[in-house]
Amino acid sequence: MSIVIDRRLNDRNKSAVNRSRFIRRYKEQIKRAVSDLVARRGITDMEQGGEVGIPTRDIKEPSFRHGPGGDHEYVHPGNHSYNQGDRLPRPKGQGGGGGGSGEGGGESTQDDFIFTLSREEFMNLFFDDLELPHLVRNFVTEIKDFKLQRAGYTPSGVPANLSVPRSLRNAMARKIALASPLHREIAELEEAEAKEDDLVARAAIETEIAKLRDRISRIPFLDDIDLRFRHRIKVPQPISRAVMFCLMDVSASMTEDKKDLAKRFFTLLYLFLSRKYEKVEIVFIRHTDNAEEVDEQRFFHDAQSGGTVVQSALKLMSEIIEARYPQDGYNIYGAQVSDGDAFGADPEKSRALLADQLLPLCRYYAYIEVPDDADHTSPLSYAYARIDSPKFAMKSVTSRNEVYPVLRELFKKEAVL
Amino acid sequence: MSADGSPGYLSTGAEWTFDLIQRYDAAIRDIAHNEFKLDTYPNQIEIIASEQMLDAYASVGLPIGYPHWSYGKEFIRNEDLYRKGARGLAYEIVINSNPCISYLMEENTMAMQALVIAHACYGHNSFFKNNYLFRQWTNADSIIDYMVFARKYVLECEERHGMQAVEETLDSCHALMSHGIDRYRQPPQLSAEEEQNRVREREEYNWKRFDDIWRTVPQKRKGTHKASEAPFPPEPQENLLYFVEKHAPKLEPWQRELVRITRKMAQYFYPQGQTKVMNEGWATFWHYTLLNRLFDRGLVDTGFMLECLQSHTNVITQRGYDQRGYGGVNPYALGFAMMSDIRRMCENPTPEDHEWFPDIAGGDWLKVLDFAMRNYKDESFIAQFLSPRLMREFHLFAVADHESDDHLTIDSIHNEQGYRRLRRLFAGQYNRDWLVPDIQVTRYDRRGDRSLTVQHRRHRNRPLAAEAEEVLKHLSRLWGFTVRLETCDDGGKPVGVRDFRPV
Repeated sequence: MSIVIDRRLNDRNKSAVNRSRFIRRYKEQIKRAVSDLVARRGITDMEQGGEVGIPTRDIKEPSFRHGPGGDHEYVHPGNHSYNQGDRLPRPKGQGGGGGGSGEGGGESTQDDFIFTLSREEFMNLFFDDLELPHLVRNFVTEIKDFKLQRAGYTPSGVPANLSVPRSLRNAMARKIALASPLHREIAELEEAEAKEDDLVARAAIETEIAKLRDRISRIPFLDDIDLRFRHRIKVPQPISRAVMFCLMDVSASMTEDKKDLAKRFFTLLYLFLSRKYEKVEIVFIRHTDNAEEVDEQRFFHDAQSGGTVVQSALKLMSEIIEARYPQDGYNIYGAQVSDGDAFGADPEKSRALLADQLLPLCRYYAYIEVPDDADHTSPLSYAYARIDSPKFAMKSVTSRNEVYPVLRELFKKEAVL
Repeated sequence: MSADGSPGYLSTGAEWTFDLIQRYDAAIRDIAHNEFKLDTYPNQIEIIASEQMLDAYASVGLPIGYPHWSYGKEFIRNEDLYRKGARGLAYEIVINSNPCISYLMEENTMAMQALVIAHACYGHNSFFKNNYLFRQWTNADSIIDYMVFARKYVLECEERHGMQAVEETLDSCHALMSHGIDRYRQPPQLSAEEEQNRVREREEYNWKRFDDIWRTVPQKRKGTHKASEAPFPPEPQENLLYFVEKHAPKLEPWQRELVRITRKMAQYFYPQGQTKVMNEGWATFWHYTLLNRLFDRGLVDTGFMLECLQSHTNVITQRGYDQRGYGGVNPYALGFAMMSDIRRMCENPTPEDHEWFPDIAGGDWLKVLDFAMRNYKDESFIAQFLSPRLMREFHLFAVADHESDDHLTIDSIHNEQGYRRLRRLFAGQYNRDWLVPDIQVTRYDRRGDRSLTVQHRRHRNRPLAAEAEEVLKHLSRLWGFTVRLETCDDGGKPVGVRDFRPV
């Protein structure tokens, strides 16, 4: 007798541990692949899993094998034209190894080992360099806000949630159900009474009817089992709308590395905001000596040259806010990246503009400086340093792990809310 | 099942239920055991979902294993292919254990489940139980217990010595697994408890025997050492992992145990690699035969048979060398063809069969097949039973690739002059030496620098692949001292030497 066992309900994720070990072991390679992916993606699509490839040779498990060369014969099926003694040129691209394990699948060795990272794996690797504390990581990767939403009725609940129409409808149904056999009986008895001539018998039937009517009257108007309460469940719910301004200096001194840093910074802020708000719009403003609003592609990848006037970008931001984003409809966030070069009166004017006009409108404004020389205080940061507001944060950043602290205050504050 | 003469189908339609599986199994078992005398382990049929099938893939065909990244890699590869639809999943996985565990996927139709039951639970199962290689080299009763022990042991080691250290050791062992096999000696039977007791005893013994005073005893008899120095090992050893386990100077006890675990696994899988054609051929032949009997008995309808035959035909497709998707000789196709051909030779022998196979032509096919299944492996099976007729049917031809020649030569084809040589070359292709280079331990310098010398004897001048360097690095990591690779030609004349020092 064979035993048949249903194992479908057993643990399905036996291989998860091996999978995560693989990813841990090849973290460096995978991270490189993730970086490529980050560069290709827009900020708003950052938050998905994705296909990454790592070179096959890196993950090969070696073993002793025969290499190409030497003498051997190999038997193949499907001959239709060869005869013994025929000579044919050696197929190309297989070294001396030739006809051997050959014709079928020699091509896969060069290819990358391609596989799909889940959203969590991708985000973890993406955040890895940023050295986010775990609390924040969870906050960014998880949905935390809830809205109560109606979801039908339950038989138990607090009196405030009692649904009168529902409860009465149930009561009525119950009363009809309980009474109808009695009514039927009464009707039968009445019929019998009408046919009956004998008075004594009629009286007996009437008492019977009276008894039944009494029973009907004793069916309760409202019973515990009739009660229905409105049911509410928690549904994850982002709060409302936000707009995020990305300001970046794109003068020639901003290298690709610096832009990559900027992109991570913007992405982090975007992810944070998109967790919190239902709809997040992004406005990209780039500036050299004058500012313009551009799309993401041009923002990150268009090379520009020219001087630097920071003030122009801030002015444009304030104009856009006025024109498109009324303060009561949007939560406004600003994020600025620059190498800090500014000339003449520009830094001072920028500071004034930011502190007096923009900050009152914003929920938060973060400034990241990506200097060539970490020790040197740039004119812009010198000016910005004098802004004293809980809504403002600034930091000079030379490597990825320094990006997060700029937003730390923001996370700390908002995570508590 | 069917009462007198009025056959009722076991079921119609694609749906399967647990009850139906039991009934099909009973019907198939009846035919397999009573009509064809197949001898099997008891069956344990497990129904699983497709994700679980992916898990089963990754654990190299064992239901339980220790955690290692390479299994993760395998899992990711399969998962990705499967998700993209580039590859379907195997219909079944069967484990050489007692009771014999077979996995059936829940997505399969009833016809497919029946096919898998016939294929795995009666075909593979009887092969596992009776083929001499499996009888000699694996222990179906204890493998699951042993893997439970292995998993527990590896997890404990990770806790004590760190994941990194355990992973490094396992990596090195895995690299040497192809050379961790005894080919000529029956390994002692193992059971999980014995295994655990042995580990504990060994540690306790070392611990009890430890006495610091021996260190202080003056040693003066230095001269006698040299006199007693005989080369070690006295004979070359081909089981590198075994040699490492027993003699590596620097390994910790737990590392030795890990070496032992991987060695046992390599040994367990050794017969499977040697009998791929026979094993699959046997199982395919039996599902085909058993299901046809079900149909003859009127237990299944034509729709059922058509579905089974379609799947069967897919499995035994053999593409020609110049067709798309050609990946060598399909073991299912070759095995099935050879098994069926033996039956044909017994039932309808031709004059050619009488000439080539005087002993079996016209014999009792059941006995001949049973004998072949019990006593052969791929290499000898092909050398013995491949008939000229099949060589013609497969249009086999041999290509010679010699280093000194800038052209390939057609060595022999499926004609009168070629049959014997072709068959010999073809069988040789299934010889393990054809696939795995000959590497043996020749010297362990116990009194000197403790270096280990391994010798690669080239088979017909075929060199090692470049990755051998990585393997030797792994070997030197396990060994702890220099590992020397000596390369010899066919005659045993040394050609080159390379040293690998542990990092």
